[in-house]
Amino acid sequence: MNQSLFGYRRENGKVGVRNHVILLPVDDISNTACEAVAKLIPGTLALPHAYGRLQYGEDLELHFRTMIGTGSNPNVAAAIVIGIEENWTKIISDGIAATGKPVAAFSIEGFGDLETIRRASWKAKEFLQWASEIQRVPIELKDLTVSIKCGESDTTTGLGSCPTVSQAVDRLLEAGATVFFGETSELTGGEYLIADRMITPQLREQFLDVYNSYVGIIKSQGVDLLGSQPTQGNIAGGLSTIEEKALGNIAKTGTKPVIGVLKPAEAPTNGSGLYFMDTSSAAAECITLMAAAGAVAHFFPTGQGNIIGNPIEPVIKLTANPKTATTMSEHIDVDVKGLLSREITLIQAGEMLMDNLNRTVNGRLTCAEALGHREFVMTKLYPSA
Amino acid sequence: MHQFLIHQKGDHVGVATSNIEANTVVVGVYMDDNSTIELVVKGNVPLGHKIAIEQLGPNAKVMKYGIQVGFTPQGFEIGDYVHIHNMKTARW
Repeated sequence: MNQSLFGYRRENGKVGVRNHVILLPVDDISNTACEAVAKLIPGTLALPHAYGRLQYGEDLELHFRTMIGTGSNPNVAAAIVIGIEENWTKIISDGIAATGKPVAAFSIEGFGDLETIRRASWKAKEFLQWASEIQRVPIELKDLTVSIKCGESDTTTGLGSCPTVSQAVDRLLEAGATVFFGETSELTGGEYLIADRMITPQLREQFLDVYNSYVGIIKSQGVDLLGSQPTQGNIAGGLSTIEEKALGNIAKTGTKPVIGVLKPAEAPTNGSGLYFMDTSSAAAECITLMAAAGAVAHFFPTGQGNIIGNPIEPVIKLTANPKTATTMSEHIDVDVKGLLSREITLIQAGEMLMDNLNRTVNGRLTCAEALGHREFVMTKLYPSA
Repeated sequence: MHQFLIHQKGDHVGVATSNIEANTVVVGVYMDDNSTIELVVKGNVPLGHKIAIEQLGPNAKVMKYGIQVGFTPQGFEIGDYVHIHNMKTARW
């Protein structure tokens, strides 16, 4: 513990813990060019995804916010944006360039894939060599933005891994760091506990509006949510109701007040502290949104064994389930099964997690990074035109 | 050595920390004050699944973490295996 921390201080003062050069497709049909450049220039990172065409209104705003936010994340040293059309490509590259980091934009129309790949590859090589000379510098915990979200939860997440994250969240917040939590629908049954932690009555109203709107959309589908929430995996793990799941989920959010309610992928502008973000509870969508809002590392408590990773921010997984810790050990960064056997205390578990965060910040690859888990999933609000 | 944990005093259910076979005598620990409770488990309870530590009648609130986490359509007895067959959500 109390190791020195080293990270990458970017042009705008924000601090990252990874040094990616990314190839960001504006739209689905530009994935091929981005992936081709990443093959030609190993060490760069393509972020293929399914959307970006004929979106409109709030859904398009979210698309742009997620794209710009992903490129702006301090874990990204430089970004190359490739889109079919010049206009949307420029909106995204200009948005990222506002951070001061190197950005290049290429549109495919009028050039074709091959000429675009040729030009983008020259730029990717230049950016990669430039980024390779950036040195880590001493940083502090307060420079970090950490996101939290659990998955494949069971009763052991509420007993062990989520309270462990809670310890670390309080430590981070006391040090002046920023923390994001979300999973709007999975607060059901405990949403009033989160509402009670909002720092002002206005924020409380704002939170409840967001929550009621999300749950209203789910209910409007007229489906039986038993089997979706809790999921089949949750039920197999012993969780019987959404309320029981929610309380386990909320057990990871620490004890501090919530100082802001963020839209999906929205970066906070209110200073450091604990923020709620309106997100899906699906792991890849949620973490993609949180990384787009600037999170540089993620705590992921799991019960039955979710194997999620993210290309932008390292995902640190922990479990208190002795079966998962044994049968899926390659996915588990921090094994806190000793909480169930009462061989370790919650404080010790929290220290183990903070120690792993320190090492991850300093460059140790997480299990998900080592295994190549790079789930990048855009959130779509409604059908395209 | 305990076989299950209870979040806090007043809760109606505990959580198995290993697979428990029916008709065995097991010890549970309250995590808030480290006190213990002993009971006979009436069904097979897998790791992570719940055991009733209080008797509840029909339509009673089920408490865990000191908070309602569902209700009992029919009720349950001390030592019963508790899951979706005898505990339902009060939310949807």
